[in-house]
Amino acid sequence: MNPQNKEQAEIKIAVKNLNFFYGDKQALFDNTLDIVANKATAFIGPSGCGKSTHIRCYNRMFNLYKGHRGEGEILFDGQNILNPDVPELELRHRVGMIFQKPTPFPMTVYDNIAYGLKLHGNYSGSELDGRVEKALQDGALWNEVKDSLHKPGTALSGGQQQRLCIARAIAVQPEVILMDEPCSALDPIATSKIEELIDELKKKFTIVIVTHSMQQAARVSDFTAYFYLGKLMEYGDTNAIFTSPQRQETEDYITGRFG
Amino acid sequence: MFQSRVARRQWMNQMVLILSTGAAILGIIMLVWILGDVTVRGFQAVNWNFFTELPVPPGELGGGLANAIVGTLLMTVFAALIAVPVGVMAGTYLSEFGQHNLFGNLVRSLSDILVSAPSIVVGVFVYLVMVKTTGHFSGWAGAISLAILMLPVVIRTTEEMLRMVPSEMREAALALGAPYWKVMVYVVFRAAKDGLITGIMLAIARVAGETAPLLFTAMNSPYWMESMNEPMANLTVTLFNYAMSPYDDWQQLAWGAAFVITASVLLVTITTRLILTGRSKH
Repeated sequence: MNPQNKEQAEIKIAVKNLNFFYGDKQALFDNTLDIVANKATAFIGPSGCGKSTHIRCYNRMFNLYKGHRGEGEILFDGQNILNPDVPELELRHRVGMIFQKPTPFPMTVYDNIAYGLKLHGNYSGSELDGRVEKALQDGALWNEVKDSLHKPGTALSGGQQQRLCIARAIAVQPEVILMDEPCSALDPIATSKIEELIDELKKKFTIVIVTHSMQQAARVSDFTAYFYLGKLMEYGDTNAIFTSPQRQETEDYITGRFG
Repeated sequence: MFQSRVARRQWMNQMVLILSTGAAILGIIMLVWILGDVTVRGFQAVNWNFFTELPVPPGELGGGLANAIVGTLLMTVFAALIAVPVGVMAGTYLSEFGQHNLFGNLVRSLSDILVSAPSIVVGVFVYLVMVKTTGHFSGWAGAISLAILMLPVVIRTTEEMLRMVPSEMREAALALGAPYWKVMVYVVFRAAKDGLITGIMLAIARVAGETAPLLFTAMNSPYWMESMNEPMANLTVTLFNYAMSPYDDWQQLAWGAAFVITASVLLVTITTRLILTGRSKH
């Protein structure tokens, strides 16, 4: 399925006939869609519809668990990343991920960012300082933590922790950032800060965001995909999806008659 | 009718409250009694000589348990040096790779059995394997039987503490492109650090007071040790021997030994607690 107006857009990820299995149970059925570079694409749908399962294929996170397997093609800049020959560490370097609950590591704010940086490069002390500051600025957190860089990351508020995780992810300069319900544990003010940040991040990164909030999808995304029972029901321009959905199911879901 | 039922419940409530408070008081009385007796009697026996001199034959003045104190310390330290790395690594295996497979379950049940194995059985086992074959008691044999006792405790606490680290933490670190070992060393162990340290310290404190596994392995000795390869004096077996002896001055020393063991175990436990609470505050 293709978003409209994609002719002039660069395709970052092309998913073709993706099927996913938890052991014997099939969770995704023939998902086919293109993710456009430097845009935010939102995945919506009721709980258990497979939207999280779908994005966890983009960085092969499912590989951590026995019996989870994906079939089909996920072409990332033309390369099928479901192919085990594509090294996992390199893939995850290029595809960052933000989780539902903020996951600051048990170390200082500074070390949280430095951890990722040190994984992928050798930096001198001052270089590291500079990159940590840059990442925190890009994560819209610098002004709040510049005097407490050496305090534990867990001492920050929930919203700050989530922005710390975003800063940590963008520090390693990925190309795509996956966000799995990044605001579901946050209050409205913290949520709006993250949403503003997403707008900013689109300039440099391709964003895929799973969300339960229709309003959030409408606010932050350029394209929206509606999933139901593991199938991709409808995919297109966010405005089009929300104003004139092509399918009755989509309309029922976004108008709150269902789900 | 209604009122009598309420009255009955209130009476029942009172009775249960009295009984459970009584049980708690009984437990505390026993503990205070033991600690008090050991402290009062032991304190009288402890002086400078106790820590610096070798034991003397009954009837002679002075004498101490310096060799036994050093012996217990040495064997406990070596036991920890053996059991902690092996136990932490085995616990890591169980938590990270052996959650559902056959080998993991086997290791898990075996270490559960080993936790409840009587310590004297471990002592006899090491006697057969090490003492019988080498032909002499030794500090090594003592340290190894203590290590065997520590091992299952360390394995299971490590596993539990690592499992308490949420899987999101692992996923978040992996999602940055970290190899699994770096996720473990820099993130998961760090998150579980306090629990791991507590578990290890408690395991050490537990074996430091063991007598049975040393009886057949390190045995005891009235002399200074020259190496870990000979029978080695230790506080617990000395306590056992001296307490059973008919001599008043030896019995005095036994009280002293009891006091030193109890005090050091308490000290280890309390310091661990203090360090951990102090750290969690900031």
